[in-house]
Amino acid sequence: MDTAVIQIDGLADIIRARQSVRDTAHALGMTLADQTRIATSVSELTRNIIQYAGKGTVTITGEKNKGYVRIRVVVSDNGPGIADIEEALGDGFSTSGGLGMGLPGVKRLVEDFEIKSRPGHGTTVSIAVSRRLWV
Amino acid sequence: MKIPILKQGDILMTSIQVELSDQDALDFQNDVLEEVLRAEASGIVIDITALDVVDSFMARILNDTANMVRMLGTECVIAGMRPAVALTLVEMGRKLIGVEMTLNLEQGIDRLRKLIEERGAS
Repeated sequence: MDTAVIQIDGLADIIRARQSVRDTAHALGMTLADQTRIATSVSELTRNIIQYAGKGTVTITGEKNKGYVRIRVVVSDNGPGIADIEEALGDGFSTSGGLGMGLPGVKRLVEDFEIKSRPGHGTTVSIAVSRRLWV
Repeated sequence: MKIPILKQGDILMTSIQVELSDQDALDFQNDVLEEVLRAEASGIVIDITALDVVDSFMARILNDTANMVRMLGTECVIAGMRPAVALTLVEMGRKLIGVEMTLNLEQGIDRLRKLIEERGAS
């Protein structure tokens, strides 16, 4: 199991984070579709960090298990947090004049989606994509 | 990060070959509009073959740019979206609505010519 942590502090870090995630997914032997799903998800989530919290971290873990490989990404910040998570996950939701496509879009892209947030205590989103290995 | 915009006759061509930050993407949008006007172009093809990630922000930029170009009175075609990018955008629930898309640059130029012709005829 390999873990990498990327600090998010500016727009260029969005690109750095998604490339790193993509590279990890590629190294694990994931399909192009899955590489793109997870990289795009990280792009959306890190943009949220820049937009709402200013800075945060992306933790990427690649796992090789018997029978399957998995990439897990935890995107975390100490920003303002989300008051109503259910509302933030609803289609068309946006507080920043953006697309309202961020969280609900990501949720549809990955198989594992978990969000923890409390107003004033930041937000942590954990996502994962895995691929079964046929031996 | 300046994306070159090439002119051939009355049409423009541009290919995004690097990952764009949000600010780069906004600058690109502005450059496209300025260049269409400056060159008095009849249309532009934007090639995105090299983009392996198009998130909702970039999708909106592309969508808006195409619509803005049309609003100026010229045509716009986006060429070469990768299959995995199309898959991801549709799964996310994001579509490029009302934007002319083609498989590659060559088809993009053909489509652009037809669109320019049709606009001229109407």
